[in-house]
Amino acid sequence: MQRELKLQREADLEWARQVSQRPGCEGLFSCLQCGACSGTCPLSIYMDFSPRRIVALVREGFRKDALSSKTIWLCASCYSCAVHCPRQIHIADVMYGLKREAIQDRLYPARFPIPVLAQEFYKMVRRRGRNSEFWLVLRMALRSNPLILLGMVRTGWNLARTGRLSLRRERIRDIASLPQEIAPREVA
Amino acid sequence: MPNPYGYFPGCSLKGTGVAYEESLLALFQLLDLPLAELDDWNCCGATSYMCIDECSAFSLAARNLALAHKAGHRELLAPCSACYLVLRKTQDYAERYPGIAAHNGHLAICRAIRVRHPLEVLYTDLGPERIRKKLVRHWRGGRVACYYGCQMVRPYAEADRDCDPVRMDELLGAVGVPTVDYSLKTKCCGGSLTGTTHSVGLQLTEILLNEAARKGAQAIATVCPLCQYNLDAYQSEMRRASGKRPDMPILYFTQILGWALGGDLASLGFRRAISGRKTIEQWFTKDRVEKEAYVR
Repeated sequence: MQRELKLQREADLEWARQVSQRPGCEGLFSCLQCGACSGTCPLSIYMDFSPRRIVALVREGFRKDALSSKTIWLCASCYSCAVHCPRQIHIADVMYGLKREAIQDRLYPARFPIPVLAQEFYKMVRRRGRNSEFWLVLRMALRSNPLILLGMVRTGWNLARTGRLSLRRERIRDIASLPQEIAPREVA
Repeated sequence: MPNPYGYFPGCSLKGTGVAYEESLLALFQLLDLPLAELDDWNCCGATSYMCIDECSAFSLAARNLALAHKAGHRELLAPCSACYLVLRKTQDYAERYPGIAAHNGHLAICRAIRVRHPLEVLYTDLGPERIRKKLVRHWRGGRVACYYGCQMVRPYAEADRDCDPVRMDELLGAVGVPTVDYSLKTKCCGGSLTGTTHSVGLQLTEILLNEAARKGAQAIATVCPLCQYNLDAYQSEMRRASGKRPDMPILYFTQILGWALGGDLASLGFRRAISGRKTIEQWFTKDRVEKEAYVR
């Protein structure tokens, strides 16, 4: 495997400190690099960096590498790492923080469906208060790779014939009580 | 007696997971605990909203808790594992991180509501023994693998043990369903990955199905609409891709319990299944024919 050399001057330790102040990420600098997270993660074999390596990248301050990885998007938030980490680091929360930054700085891989889905989901729920599965998948496909719709025809038909495909655009009554549209905020 | 349980369906139970809603409502009706749907509930935010805006994600989830509080519920039932996790995480973080509550009034009161999963309610509030006493139909299907999935048992939960949950096995065992020792019971199904990075999502569900079959299970019981959908909807694609032909019914635990307690077959959502329809017909719907013949 080819490994790229990392240079100290690319590192941003102040950023690493900020990440470690987010909820769930407090233990970041106490990570043992034991690899329990990568071992238990059902998706680590599909990732470009395993969860252990993401934690290593983050705490050494290699911001751009971490934010532009596919790893953070493949994390399905199953929290298996969080319950197995001997330092109680909620790695799923580390990933969420990285996802938010990657979206703000547009560092996510181009036309990768997962960040597109997240943004469409966010828009739909912010405007209507609920998510409508059919419309969400349609918008995700049109904005990332419309060809994937071809592969979904069969599943769509199966859902339709069993009465599980709702075309209704769900909406709550009291839209005004939803969180207001403002710039995204971090807790810490 | 007023019913203390409010019911938070979540988006999936109104769409792909409609069989879960049908069987859950039917089951709780049979147990004399009719559920009242939370009025004007909103999406919990699932795993996606948190990817954009952390503060609003907590406020979004907390709006539901505030609605439950206003409606006078002490407990809120969240049958979808993602909703269950998000609502509980919101409460947990609102308490541990004052910065979260400072942004939103809903969060201050949201600890008053106890968020619960129906599996946990059935297990702790009623218990396998009381459910066994209500048994009407005797099981004549095959062995079942109890699949808990990930989010119901993870860090903020009280539904069951985080790596080796057993409550579904015990509840199904109480109504006479033989279960298998399913080692992947809390391994993630991939969630929304089957829609976004399809080949990866498909791999994860295929591993789950193969392991259940290897352990001798003829069906899988689930507690989450997304797990059920992922395992159920893509079996025909696995058939072509790997040469194997899985056609395994993926049931909700509420469907099995509802059937065992004598629920009306049409109300339990069995016809919503995509895979294993023949097996489902043999195990469950044959009963109706026999019963009708008996009545005549």
